Amino acid sequence: MTAAPILAAEALSVAVPRRRGLAFRPAPRLDILAAASLAVRTGEIVAVVGESGSGKTTLGRALVGLARPTGGRIELDGAPLRDFSAASFRPVRDAVALLFQDPASSFNPRRRVAEIVAEPRRIAGAGGTAPADLAALVEAAGLPAGVLQRFPHALSGGQARRVAIARALAQVPRLIIADEPTAGLDVSVQGGVLNLFIELRERHGTAFLLVTHNLAVVRHVADRIAVMYLGRIVESGPAAAVLRTPRHPYTRALIEAEPVADPRRRRTAPPILGEVPSLAARPEGCEFHPRCPLAAPLCRSEAPAERRLDAGHTVRCHFPLAAGPTIVAARVADIEKRA
Amino acid sequence: MSRAAAPFETAGPAAEADDLVLDVAGLDVAYAGGVRAACDVDLAVRRGEIVGVIGESGSGKTSLAHAVLGLSPATATVSGRRLRLAGTELLGAPPARVRALRGPAAAMIFQNPMTAFSPLHTLGRQLCDLLWREPGSEAEKRLAAAAMLARVGLPDAAARLDAYPFELSGGMLQRVAIAAALMMRPALIVADEPTTALDVTMEAQILHLMREIRDSHGVAILIISHHLGVIAEICDRVAVMYAGRIVEEGPVEAIFAAPRHPYTRALFACDPSLIPDRVRRMPVIAGEVPGPGARGCGFAARCPVVEPRCAEAVPALAPVAPDHGVRCLREAS
Repeated sequence: MTAAPILAAEALSVAVPRRRGLAFRPAPRLDILAAASLAVRTGEIVAVVGESGSGKTTLGRALVGLARPTGGRIELDGAPLRDFSAASFRPVRDAVALLFQDPASSFNPRRRVAEIVAEPRRIAGAGGTAPADLAALVEAAGLPAGVLQRFPHALSGGQARRVAIARALAQVPRLIIADEPTAGLDVSVQGGVLNLFIELRERHGTAFLLVTHNLAVVRHVADRIAVMYLGRIVESGPAAAVLRTPRHPYTRALIEAEPVADPRRRRTAPPILGEVPSLAARPEGCEFHPRCPLAAPLCRSEAPAERRLDAGHTVRCHFPLAAGPTIVAARVADIEKRA
Repeated sequence: MSRAAAPFETAGPAAEADDLVLDVAGLDVAYAGGVRAACDVDLAVRRGEIVGVIGESGSGKTSLAHAVLGLSPATATVSGRRLRLAGTELLGAPPARVRALRGPAAAMIFQNPMTAFSPLHTLGRQLCDLLWREPGSEAEKRLAAAAMLARVGLPDAAARLDAYPFELSGGMLQRVAIAAALMMRPALIVADEPTTALDVTMEAQILHLMREIRDSHGVAILIISHHLGVIAEICDRVAVMYAGRIVEEGPVEAIFAAPRHPYTRALFACDPSLIPDRVRRMPVIAGEVPGPGARGCGFAARCPVVEPRCAEAVPALAPVAPDHGVRCLREAS
């Protein structure tokens, strides 16, 4: 792990004005992303998880300049971007491809798949756009060459996702940022998309930043996990450590909220109550304290700093949970016994 | 198959018929152009029971749910032997009778709570309107609506009556949708993917609420989902749909402990929460879902244990245990 990460964020922030400012009184600002730090290295799969409104999509977009950062630093191969202008993001976009949450809506409905997947190559002026080259491209994404002649509306959800991947592969990217890559797909198709990611990583050393709320998927593919709450990374570390022994009460609640496909392990009560507060009304102190079952007086008054635990595991909590196994670890052991 | 039920058809012993909130037999749903969405579906829901229908997209589960409430589009043909809702036959019934059943007999909870309400009217107005059949003043109805909102765990319920849908989050609106369904004291609630649009943390709370209202109000629930975890969490019985047919049906414990149909097995094998950690490759079901209404077994083209006879006829639902049936020739022999 000595090589510089492909893409790294240092205390990256995104804020938007809450209402129009006046001439001599600047508008109050809403922090959507609050000083998030994250790095992705070659061949690594990093997952960002959290509820809706946690800022995970904004983090992915800010890394490529689709959401203009208002603070912090972005480094590409160890070299910081000069500023956050469109020009300074150009080299980032050469190295990174994006998979949007709803692939079908990211296609021009009046173009055929062949034109859609050829576009990055035409813009870059590199790579073949002959029919045989494009056929090879969609085949690498697990599609028959026949889809090249189709329009986006004639694709199923899984096929649309694969066309988006084929487009991302048109210029072999070093990093793919995928926003909810498995949302809306049937479980029988989800696996195929994830297998494709794993294959790409093996073949080209492509790194992935997966932005998702689906922890069951993350468990199988991620090397590292960052858990976000209200625009802040509250826990991060190696995937196995974070999932098996979560140290932040929010992480544990997220893991335990996932319904278990086993009627004998039903929960008697929901593991967490309430919902994410509004960004406009951030709670004082630790932002998770109104929903935290373990909140103490200190949590209400003082925001916790990030603590380093063992082996790259960090947590933003005054009272990290003991490093003991969760019911989830018990369940995983259960599954492995059966398999 | 005729649109009306045969006049001599009886629903078994009276006591058992009374106990059935929903009784579907041989139901077919077809859309214009002869596209079949559901074929020969048998399904029963007893009073106070939670029954799940699980299947992938295109399996016909939503068409089934809509047919139960008479919500199929005008171009659809709904036919079969029986479609009884709270003891009333819906097949061939005049629209007025179907309308009269919506509410008192069955209510629906939709997938996206954001589009289930009128954006132009307050929630209080919309909830009170549901009680149009009942006597009582507007003020009394508002009290009833506020009490129901409090019952489903909406904080500050009375003040929410004057809120518009956009002022609430998706999870909160889904609670209001459940309250709206309960206001009419239905015998059955049909919930089509009620938690798919929500975060897992809210999903757990909504599932918990649905189990609670079953226990407190004795309402039966028919829940449609593609998520095995959701089904396992709250159902008593489960029906697995594939290509328009129910291929396996039984108690949830039995099916999750030992799925019998090759499709059910393949589906369970793909569920990421049931796969051991860090497998090299994720399992998938190869091939595409065929259009419903194939001549033989719909799963034959993708089945790992397919035999020549599978392409010839649709297998019957063979009992493998009391209350547990599987539509597979290998189980029948």
